[in-house]
Amino acid sequence: MAERIIELKNVTKYYDDALVIDNVSFYVNKGEFITFLGPSGCGKTTTLRMIAGFDLPTEGQIFLNGKDISSLPPNKRPVNTVFQRYALFPHLNIFENVAFGLKCKKVLNTYQNDKGESYTKKERLSKAEIAAKVKKALEIVDLEGFEKRSVATLSGGQQQRVAIARAIVNEPQILLLDEPLGALDLKMRKEMQIELKEIHKRLGITFIYVTHDQEEALTMSDTIVVMADGVVQQIGTPTSIYNEPANTFVADFIGESNIFNGIVTGNHRVKFCGKTLDCVDDFERNEAVDVVVRPEDLKMCPPDRGTFKGEVISVVFKGIHYEITVQVGKYEFVVQSTESREVGEKIGMDVAPDGIHLMKPKYTTNLFDGVITKHNTVKFADGEFECDVTQLYPGSRIDDEEYLVTAAGERIDLTDAEVTVEVGLNDVSISDDENAGGTTGHIISIIYKGDHYRLIVRTEENEEDFVFTSDDLWNENDYVSVIVPKDKIKLSLKNTEEKKR
Amino acid sequence: MKFPRFSRKTLCIPYAVFLLFFVIAPMLVIVFYAFTDTNNHISFYNFSQFFSDPVKLSTIAYSVVIALITTVVCLLLAYPVAYILARSNLRKKSVILLLFITPMWINFVLRVNAIRELMNWIGILGEANYFNTVFGMVYDFLPFMILPLYTSLLKIDPSLYEASADLGGNGFTTFTRITLPLSFPGIVSGITMVFLPSMTNYVVSDMLGNSKVTIIGKFIETYFGTDWHMGSMIALILLIIVLATTLLTGGFKEDENIRGANL
Repeated sequence: MAERIIELKNVTKYYDDALVIDNVSFYVNKGEFITFLGPSGCGKTTTLRMIAGFDLPTEGQIFLNGKDISSLPPNKRPVNTVFQRYALFPHLNIFENVAFGLKCKKVLNTYQNDKGESYTKKERLSKAEIAAKVKKALEIVDLEGFEKRSVATLSGGQQQRVAIARAIVNEPQILLLDEPLGALDLKMRKEMQIELKEIHKRLGITFIYVTHDQEEALTMSDTIVVMADGVVQQIGTPTSIYNEPANTFVADFIGESNIFNGIVTGNHRVKFCGKTLDCVDDFERNEAVDVVVRPEDLKMCPPDRGTFKGEVISVVFKGIHYEITVQVGKYEFVVQSTESREVGEKIGMDVAPDGIHLMKPKYTTNLFDGVITKHNTVKFADGEFECDVTQLYPGSRIDDEEYLVTAAGERIDLTDAEVTVEVGLNDVSISDDENAGGTTGHIISIIYKGDHYRLIVRTEENEEDFVFTSDDLWNENDYVSVIVPKDKIKLSLKNTEEKKR
Repeated sequence: MKFPRFSRKTLCIPYAVFLLFFVIAPMLVIVFYAFTDTNNHISFYNFSQFFSDPVKLSTIAYSVVIALITTVVCLLLAYPVAYILARSNLRKKSVILLLFITPMWINFVLRVNAIRELMNWIGILGEANYFNTVFGMVYDFLPFMILPLYTSLLKIDPSLYEASADLGGNGFTTFTRITLPLSFPGIVSGITMVFLPSMTNYVVSDMLGNSKVTIIGKFIETYFGTDWHMGSMIALILLIIVLATTLLTGGFKEDENIRGANL
C-alpha cells in the first residue's frame, strides 16, 4: 500500500470573514504527482500555502508523515515551493539564489573522538558541499554555467528553472508548485511540462502542483484534485476524472461537454433530448439526472440513420479537429470530428452507451432560511419577497389588520416567525434592473444544457445561492436582481410553537 | 490659433539661465573669495590658516560627530517604524505614517522653539548641550529617514520573505539576507537626507545647544559677518566634505539592477 506523505483532515480556512476552504479532507501518497485544479478563487492556492506553512488552517489539521504540522512555521517544514512569480532574490546571483536554502541548513555529522567513540555535531554545510549540490541542481534544470549571472539577465523560462533548482537543491520531501508555468508562453509551457515530469521521475519525490489549466493537469498528474468554491469536487486519476466526472461542474470544467437534463426510464436506460438510449451508469428508475456527453463521443453519420438528427449551425476549425454545433430540435449539440461539415447540412449522430455519463444533479431546489415580516412578506437571501402566508395554515385568510386568521377563526401574528423557504429551479428569473426583484447578486456560474442555461446567482452579503434555469444567455459576474413570483414561494414553518394572539 | 511649439532646446534656456546665475556664478564667487585676501590678491592664506587652526579643525570634527550620531540614532529609530508600517496589513497605516510625517509641515523654527521651551521647562536647557542638540536634530530629521526607508521596504515583494522562510531561513536570516540588502537604497538616501543637513543646520545647535555647540554651519555664518574670505574657504571645504560623503554612500549611482528582477 502506498504511504501517505501528507494528509489534510477537515481543514477549513477563513480570510477575515470570508470562507475560502470549506472542510477539505484528502491525502497525498508518497512520490505522487498530484494537481489541485480549479478556477481562480477556488481555494487551490490557499490549500498549497497551508501545506507550505504560509497560511495556517482556521480549523482542522495537516499531517506530514503522520505528524501534525498544522502550526509549524514554513522554515521548519521539509517542503519547498516554486512560486507563481518565481520570487527569486533580485540582489543575489544564480548561485547565491540556489545556495540560499543550503546555507540555512544544518546537518548532523558523525565523528569519532580519540577513544574511538562516535559523536554527532550539528554543522552547516561546507562551501565545497554547497557548491557541489548547487552544480548538480543547476544541471538538473539545464542551467550549467549560469552561476555568476544575475537574475535580471535571465528570461522568464530561465528564471523558472532557477526557481525549481532553488527548491529541489534542498532535497525536500514534497515540492510545491504554485501555477509555475502561468507566466510562460504556450510553447515554453509545453516544454517545461515535459521537463517537470522528467524531474519528478528523476527525483522520485512528491510533487503538489496547482493550476487552473485542465489540459496541464490532465497531461502531468498521477492524481487530480478538482476544487471549486473551497470544496473538493472530485479526486481521481486524469482518466477517471475525464471519463467519469462526479458532477456537472467537473464535466464542464474538464474538457468540453454537452450537458442535458435526463430521466432514468429503466435498467440502464435514460431519456434525454426526446430519445431513450442505453447507458452504462445505474440509477433508480424515474430519477432526474444530468446527462453528460463528450463532444468526441458523438459520432456523425448520414441523416437517415443516427439517433439524433439535426442541422449544422456552425463549424469551427480547431487545428486537430473541427468543432461542429448541431441543432437537434430545440437542443444544441457540440461534436468534435476530424471531418468537416457544411453549415446547413443535415446530419445524424450516434452515441455509444459508454459515451453517456449520468450524474446526480447537484441542485434540485433552492432552500433558504427566512423570517416573516409584519407586512406578511418574507425576508431571505439578503432580500424581501412578497409571499402568500396563508399557505402556512390551510384554509386561512388575511383580515383587514393584516393578521392571519385560521380556518378555525384563530388570529395569528406571524411577525418574526422563522420559516423555510423553497423556490423551484424553474421559478426564478433575473433582471438587469436592480430594483425589479426581491434581492440582488452576481452570476457566479453558467452551464449550458443543450436548450437552456443553468445559472447560479450569489447574493452579496450572506452569499446565498439561487440556482435556476434560464433560456437567456447572461454573462458571469453580471449584477442582477432576482425575481420570484409570489405564488412560487413555498413556505413551511420551522417550529410549530408560533406566537399566538 | 496655432499653439506655439517650443523645441527642447528653447525650453532649456530658462533653466540654463537659472543654473548660470544661481548655481555656477555664486560658486565661482565663493571660490574667488576663498582664494583671495582682503586686497583681492590671489592667496592660499585662508587655506593654510584653516588647516593650522585647531579650533576650526575641531569644529569640523564636532560637526561630523554630531551629524554621525544624529544619523545613526535616526536610522535605528526609523527602521523598525518603516518596517512595521511597510509590512503590516493595517488599514490605518497611511494615517500612522502621516502622523510621523506631519511635523515636517510645521514651521521648522517654531518646532525648535517649542522643544527649547520644553527643555527649559524640564530644566535641561544649558545643562546637556550636546545631548539637546542631537535630540533636536533627531526630532527634526526623523521623517526624512522614515520616508525613504518606508518606500524601499514597501517595494520588496512579500513573496521574497515567504521564499526565504520556505528555504529554511528564520526571522534573523530573512532580515539580514533579504530585507536589509534590498532596503539598502532607502538606507543610503535616508542617510544622505539626514547626515548632510545635520552638519550645517546651526539653528538647532544654537537654540538647543544654548549657543555653546558650534557646528560648521554656525562657523560660516559668523565669518560672513567679518571675514568673507575665510567664510568662503570654510564653505568650500564643507562642499568638498559633502561631495565626498555623497560619493562614498553611492548617492550618485544610478539605481542599477538592485531590483532589476521585478519584471
